[in-house]
Amino acid sequence: MSFRIASSPHGHNQRSTSEMMRWVCYALVPGVLLHSYFFGSGIWFQILLAVVTAIAAEMACTVARERPAFSALRDNTAIVTAVLLAISIPSLAPWWIIVIGTLFAIVVVKHVYGGMGQNLFNPAMAGYVLLLVSFPVQMTNWLPVSAISEHSLNLWQTLHTILFEYTPAGYSVEQLRSGIDGVTMATPLDSIKTGLTQGYTLTEIYQRPEFSYFAGAGWQWINLGFFVGGLLLIQQRIISWHIPLGFLGGLCIPAFIAHIFAPDLMPGPIVHALSGATMLGAFFIATDPVSAATSNRGRVIFGLLIGFIIFVIRSWGGYPDAVAFAVLLANMCVPLIDRYTRPVVYGHGD
Amino acid sequence: MSDVQANKHNFSAKVIGHFPGGVHPPERKQPASSQPIRKLKLPQELILPVRQHIGPSGKVLVKVGERVDKGQRLTEAGLSQGLPLHAPTSGTIAAIEERPTAHASGLPEQAIVIHPDGEDRWGNKHALPDYHDVEISRLLELIQEAGIAGLGGAGFPTAQKLAQQKPLKHLIINGVECEPYIAADDRLMQEHADDIIAGIRILQYITRCDSVLLAIEDNKPEAIKAMAEAIDDNPQIQLKVVPTKYPSGGEKQLIELLTGHQVPSGKLPMDIGLLMQNVGTAYAVKRAIIHGEPLLERVVTLTGESLKQRGNVWALLGTPIQHLLDESGFTPEKKQRIIMGGPMMGFTLPITEVPVIKTTNCVLAPTEKELPSPGPELACIRCGACADACPATLQPQQLQWLAKAKDYESLEKHNLFDCIECGACAYVCPSEIPLVHYYRKAKAEVRNIAREKAKAEQARKRFEARQERLEREKEERLERHRKAAEERKKMQQEMQQEAQQKNSDEPGSKAEEGTEKPAGKSAAVAAAIARAKAKKAAQAAKESPEESNSAKGNES
Repeated sequence: MSFRIASSPHGHNQRSTSEMMRWVCYALVPGVLLHSYFFGSGIWFQILLAVVTAIAAEMACTVARERPAFSALRDNTAIVTAVLLAISIPSLAPWWIIVIGTLFAIVVVKHVYGGMGQNLFNPAMAGYVLLLVSFPVQMTNWLPVSAISEHSLNLWQTLHTILFEYTPAGYSVEQLRSGIDGVTMATPLDSIKTGLTQGYTLTEIYQRPEFSYFAGAGWQWINLGFFVGGLLLIQQRIISWHIPLGFLGGLCIPAFIAHIFAPDLMPGPIVHALSGATMLGAFFIATDPVSAATSNRGRVIFGLLIGFIIFVIRSWGGYPDAVAFAVLLANMCVPLIDRYTRPVVYGHGD
Repeated sequence: MSDVQANKHNFSAKVIGHFPGGVHPPERKQPASSQPIRKLKLPQELILPVRQHIGPSGKVLVKVGERVDKGQRLTEAGLSQGLPLHAPTSGTIAAIEERPTAHASGLPEQAIVIHPDGEDRWGNKHALPDYHDVEISRLLELIQEAGIAGLGGAGFPTAQKLAQQKPLKHLIINGVECEPYIAADDRLMQEHADDIIAGIRILQYITRCDSVLLAIEDNKPEAIKAMAEAIDDNPQIQLKVVPTKYPSGGEKQLIELLTGHQVPSGKLPMDIGLLMQNVGTAYAVKRAIIHGEPLLERVVTLTGESLKQRGNVWALLGTPIQHLLDESGFTPEKKQRIIMGGPMMGFTLPITEVPVIKTTNCVLAPTEKELPSPGPELACIRCGACADACPATLQPQQLQWLAKAKDYESLEKHNLFDCIECGACAYVCPSEIPLVHYYRKAKAEVRNIAREKAKAEQARKRFEARQERLEREKEERLERHRKAAEERKKMQQEMQQEAQQKNSDEPGSKAEEGTEKPAGKSAAVAAAIARAKAKKAAQAAKESPEESNSAKGNES
C-alpha cells in the first residue's frame, strides 16, 4: 500500500485570507450603518455597484491572464477594495463614477501590476485619487448630513439620482446641497479650509451648523463607527495595532502641538481624528497588508508617515482631506522602509 | 502546577529569556502521555540501515545466515563520526541488501535484515556500575561503541558532541518535547526519572559541569513531578519549567529561553559554554555505561485518529513501521498520510516497509478531519503573520518572494540558512503557502550552486595553473632564443672585426659608423660586401624570436 506524500507542517490554523477579508467587511458595518443614517441610503447602491463591477473586472482579468477565475475571487480581496472605494466617495455620486474608479482599481492598479499581492499602491486609494483629479465636481458633492439638510431622499429618489444625476423631481445634487438660505453646505473639513482662507477663526467656524459636539456633525459619529470596527479587527488579530497607532500618532501629535501655538488657526487633534476619512484610513485603508510595510517597526513608521502627510496637506495643502494622497505617498516609501527596518535575525545580534 | 510548585524540590519555574514568535497548535498529547509505554511483540524481521545517523558507515562484520546475539555488533564504528550498529535482538542475518529507508524520499540504502529467533538472548555485556574511577576518554569510547546518537532531533553522535570540550557554563537537558502529539520523552520521564538523572550524572562527570538545567514544558505536570522527585535535593540540577509554545524545544530557542543568550549564527552552543542533550539520550547513556547495553530500542509515540490503540511503545531499532501500525489497530482512510515525526516537522512516508531508526520519536497516522490537508496556495498578501510567528526573526514573506524569484544571492543575505524549518510560518499563513517547502528547495539549490561554484573555482585554478605553466615555458623559450641570437651576433661581430682588421689599412671605413669616404675601389667593394653580410646576419638574428613567438601562439 502506498501513502500520500505531503510537505510539513501538516495542519494549519484555520484562518484563511478569504476569512480575514470577510472579517474586514464585517468590521465596516458599524461605520457604514452610521454613514447611511447620516447621508442616506446612497452608500448601499454605491457598494452594490462597486462590488458587482469589481467581481466582473476581477473575473475578466484573471481569465485574460489565464488564471483560474473563481479561485481568484475566493480570496474576497476585490470585494474589500470595492467596498472601501464605495464608502470613500460621495454617496450620491453618479453611477459611472464608482464604476470607473473600481475598474481602474482592479484592472490597472491591481492586475496590471501582477494581481493579488503584487500591487505597489493601495487599489482603493489609487482609484479614489484618479476620480478626485478627473471628476473633482462629482467627487466633492457631499450632501450635508440629513439632520441639517433641507432634503431627505427615499430609496427610489436616491437610486434615481445615482442613475440619472437628478432626483425624480428634477433637483440636481448641487441643489440638494443648498441650505435654507440657498448657501451650499460643505463638509466640515471644507468649511475649515475655506473659512480659514476667508479670514474666519476656528471659533467662528465651529458655530456653523456643520459642527456639533467634538467635530463635524455626523462625520464624528461615522469616524467613531469605523474606530469601533477597527478595534474589532485588532481584537480579532486581523490587523496589528502598529499602523493605526502610527497613523493616529502621526496626525494627532503634530495637530496637538500646532493647536497649542495657534488655537484659532489650527484644528486640534480631536477634530482631525474625527473628521473626513481619518478612522477609515487608519484602520481599514492604511492596514492593507499588500501595500504596507511588513515588519512591525516598519508599520509604525509607515503609519506615522501617513498621519503626518495628512496633517501637512490638511493644514497647508490644496485639498481639505488627504488620506488617499498620504496613503499613496507612503506606499511609495514602503520598499525603503522595509529595507531599513529589517529585524535582526537570531544569532546575528551582538 | 501549583501542587508541583509547593513541592520542596529544587525547582525554578522562572525562565530568564524569551524567544520571539512561536505558535500554539493543538497539543493532542493526551492519549500517548497518559498510558504506560507498551512492549511490542517481536516483528517478523528487523531492518537496520547500515548508515542511520550523521557520519559515514562502518564495515559490515556479519555474513548472511550467521546467528547473532542481542547487542552483538554488526558493523565497525567506521571513521571519525561513525557509529557501530548492533543486533536489537537475537536471531539470524537473513539478508544484507538494499531496503527503502525512513526518509522522505524512501530511497533504498544498504541494510542488514535480521529474522528474530524469539529468544531475545543477550551476548556479553560490559556493565560498569561505578564509572567514577574510569577515564573520561574511555567513557566516551563506551558511549560511541554503544551506538548512541542524539535521540531528540538530528541524530548527531553523542560521544562526538560530548568530546568537543570547552568549559561549560550549563549542561542543558531537553525534555521540552514541544511538538504536538509526541509524548515519548514525556512518558520516559514519568517512568524512568531516576535512570534519566543517573544518565545526567554521567554526562556531568564527562563534561565536568556542575550546573544542569533540565527543561520541561508546563503541559507535562506528571513528568515535572516525577523529575522533581528524582532530582530530590541535588543542588546541581535545576528544573526549569518553560511555558508551552512551539518550538521552545528547538535547541536555539531553548537556549534563548533559559539563558537569554543567542547562539551566534554559524557557531555551536559549545561556543557560548552550553551543551544540550535530550532526556532520551541521557537515558540511553545510563543504559550504556551502567548496564553495558548498546542503544537497541527507543520510545516511539504511535498516534493519530487512524489508529485505534494510541500510545507509546518500546520499539526495537529496525522494526518496520507497518508492524507498529498493525499492533495499534490501524484502519487507513482514503489517501491516508503516515507521518514520521510530529505534525510540524515530520515527513510523510510513501511506504511503511521502512524501519524505526534512532531519531524516530513518533509515527502519526492522522485522519483528514483531524489534520486537514492544505487548500490551494493563494497569493501572498504580505500580512506578516509568518514574520510574527518566526522564532528566528526571519522575514518569511520576503524569503518566499526571493525563493520564487530564484534570487539565491538575496536569499543568503536575508539569512535563509538561519531558518530551522520549524514550520510555524506555514502553519499561520492565511494564503496556505507551503513556505517551508520553498525554503527547503531554495536551500538545496543554494547548496548546489555552492558546489558548482567550488567546482568552477577548481577548474579556474587548474586553468590558471596551466596558463602560468605555458607562460613560463614561453618565457624560457624566448630566453633561449635571445641567448642564441646574442651568440650569433657576437660571432658575426667577431667575423666583422676580422674582416675589418683585414681592411684596416683602408682609412675611415668603419662599418659601424656607416660613413663612407672615397677610397680605393677594390677595398670599397670588399667593405660593402662585408657590411651587407653583417646586416643580413643581424636581421636573421632579430627575426628568429618573432617566428618562434607566432608559432607558439598557434600552439596554445
